[in-house]
Amino acid sequence: MTLDLNSAGAWLADYAAQIHENADLLTDLDRQIGDADHGSNMDRGMKAVAALDTADFDDAAAYLKKAGMTLVSTVGGASGPLYGTFFLRFAGAIGEGDTAGVGAALRAGLDGVKQRGKAETGDKTMIDALAPAVDAFEAAGDSLDTALTAAAEAAAKGRDEATPLVARKGRASYLGARSADHQDPGATSMTLLIESAARTLVGR
Amino acid sequence: MIGIVVVSHSRALAHAAVGLAEGVFGSGHPPQIAVAAGLDDNTLGTDAAAVSEAIQQVDSGDGVLVFVDLGSAVLSAEMALEFLEPDVAQRVKITGAPIIEGLVIAVVAASTGADLEKVEAEARRALEAKGKHLAD
Repeated sequence: MTLDLNSAGAWLADYAAQIHENADLLTDLDRQIGDADHGSNMDRGMKAVAALDTADFDDAAAYLKKAGMTLVSTVGGASGPLYGTFFLRFAGAIGEGDTAGVGAALRAGLDGVKQRGKAETGDKTMIDALAPAVDAFEAAGDSLDTALTAAAEAAAKGRDEATPLVARKGRASYLGARSADHQDPGATSMTLLIESAARTLVGR
Repeated sequence: MIGIVVVSHSRALAHAAVGLAEGVFGSGHPPQIAVAAGLDDNTLGTDAAAVSEAIQQVDSGDGVLVFVDLGSAVLSAEMALEFLEPDVAQRVKITGAPIIEGLVIAVVAASTGADLEKVEAEARRALEAKGKHLAD
């Protein structure tokens, strides 16, 4: 299978539903170490993305690019430019939507998020879920199903491994050592995105 | 004359800051100022596409100075530069100057015809006078 327009639409529809379902959790996590808006911001943004009609787009790249621009203009917080950059770069590298294309897209998305946020692995951000997911995807081989499954597992593991860390970026970094032992909201929403990709795309 | 853009999470705050800077401006011709702030009148947030539009609105060719409040305002302003034509983006400067004090000084400096670098340098020094007064 490939990541085509229909499967991209299914992926983001599922992600919008996941974000809505977990909005209170994300906001609660953000209340502990941030400004208590991650759930509501992402929910507003993904509702706007879910309202896009895939029939209006020629291909997955055009649809995912529009999804990125929609997040840029509707999320409001730092997740807007960060997820916006992720999807814009992802869309630009997706190629044929096969395993190599999706791998290149994930890598480009990760590079974009790092560049936008000037953050690295270990800073206690969404990168702590995304970077291990991209590494696991690339290591998994030729099957898109296998690679996405590995990526989702790695994202969740990365999210959990970031919990004891002290935040070095974003609003949480103002707390210094007090940010340790709190689950990171950005790593949590990023894990939902990769898990959503695995759930909707594997076996499709 | 350079143009000025104010990027803030709060639309009310950005308009009030511009109102203050214009209110204490005095005589002469103030620079063009545009606001890219809030998702709407009541929702806090920043939008890179709106920042990009605001820059184009005040760009006369002499350069644009962009003030940002914090967090996503900085990321959105940086992302906005990627949406602009490269020749426009290269005459835009995002400044770490304080919004209130910096904007007041920048409006005055820009009105004298100072170039982008000079206006930005003055805006970044905007806290010095207050700090010196309080330290004396």
